[in-house]
Amino acid sequence: MHRYANPKRFLEIAQPITMWTLLGGLVLVAGGLWWGLFRAPPDYLQGESVRIIYIHVPMAWLSMAGYLSCGVAAFAALVWKHPLAEVALVALAPIGAVFSALCLLTGSLWGRPTWGTYWVWDGRLTSVLVLFFLYLGIIALARGYDDPARGAKMASVLALFGLVNLPIIKFSVEWWNTLHQPASITLEGSSIDQAMLWPLLASAAGFSFLMAAATLMRMRALIAARKRSARAARLAQTA
Amino acid sequence: MTLARLIRRHVRLPEMLLPVVFFLIIVSLTAFAVGPDAAILARIGPGTIWIAALLASLLPIGTLIAEDLDTGAMDRLRISGLSLELIMFARMISHWLGLAPALVAAAVLSIPLLGIDAALIPALLIGSSALAALGVIAAALTAGSRAGTAIAGVVVLPFALPVLIFGSGGSLRLTAAAALLLVAIAPFAAAASLRAAD
Repeated sequence: MHRYANPKRFLEIAQPITMWTLLGGLVLVAGGLWWGLFRAPPDYLQGESVRIIYIHVPMAWLSMAGYLSCGVAAFAALVWKHPLAEVALVALAPIGAVFSALCLLTGSLWGRPTWGTYWVWDGRLTSVLVLFFLYLGIIALARGYDDPARGAKMASVLALFGLVNLPIIKFSVEWWNTLHQPASITLEGSSIDQAMLWPLLASAAGFSFLMAAATLMRMRALIAARKRSARAARLAQTA
Repeated sequence: MTLARLIRRHVRLPEMLLPVVFFLIIVSLTAFAVGPDAAILARIGPGTIWIAALLASLLPIGTLIAEDLDTGAMDRLRISGLSLELIMFARMISHWLGLAPALVAAAVLSIPLLGIDAALIPALLIGSSALAALGVIAAALTAGSRAGTAIAGVVVLPFALPVLIFGSGGSLRLTAAAALLLVAIAPFAAAASLRAAD
């Protein structure tokens, strides 16, 4: 793992991966959404409004997967002092925040025609809202210090703590009798019809690639900014 | 012995009055904002008291740990061989001692103001230990940051939810369970974040 602690070696592989994940993500998302929005059948109960799942479900999965990655990065940053793990955490947090915000927004738009309300204080909805706040806390801490390295460390501590929220989100629909339905797609199989499942999986894979691409772009930008300020400090010393 | 001395360093009587006043102002602001309908006030009273307690516990966070860091007192304590966890534990206890009596006194005063049930007070007393624990974590995380207390609020509030829900719901045991967890974690979390800043 420490092989890629060297920013130069990391950038060498990050550059092509960024491009391929970006392209692959765009193609998959475009294909998945086109398939889901125009070709897949409407739901017999929910009608056309079911099509929002092709965005909502990937956003929900990825906001949780993104937070898990934040937690792993925070762990690597605090325990192994891996320099790129901090960069990854700081890069990923705003993207995760956007994904969880979109998850809440699309869910709320879907809830209006289906449940008859934009928002209920149900276990699943509330815990995803808390996830969004946790992302905001990480961003605020990471940006709150004059020394960015220190901000990243503090953000890591918070990210590690916030991991307790993930099981709460996952099991909220089983622990509490809530309005939000339990998972339809599990490791054992899926209760969704094939005609809806495939476009959903395509768009989920596409959004995952886009999340990866955006994270890599931000990581590269952060590394570049760090290099620039290091060079400025060096120049100021010699001048 | 050391622990008692560490705790006593930070308990100052005059400073304990500020949370009381702050708490009472929030309670009366709520009454002004919502209107003097006794039934509504009694309904939202427990929640109001908990929010007031939460905000009051955030008041001293800016100086809770940053002061000791700035004056070098923290370095002196650490050099003397005390573990950071013990220092943070003492800090949590002293924060709680400064907070809990004031909160309970203010809550007792607001019983007639909002018309709430007196059974809420024990839960508040127990739950305030969780608020003190969160306060120490937030103070350690934000010590030396630019935006201080505002960030502390963003950081702490999501973690205060269980205590807030159980506490204002009046279930004493669940409040105690949530508080116990936070109190057990807090010294280690605060110490870890101070170490990460070294």
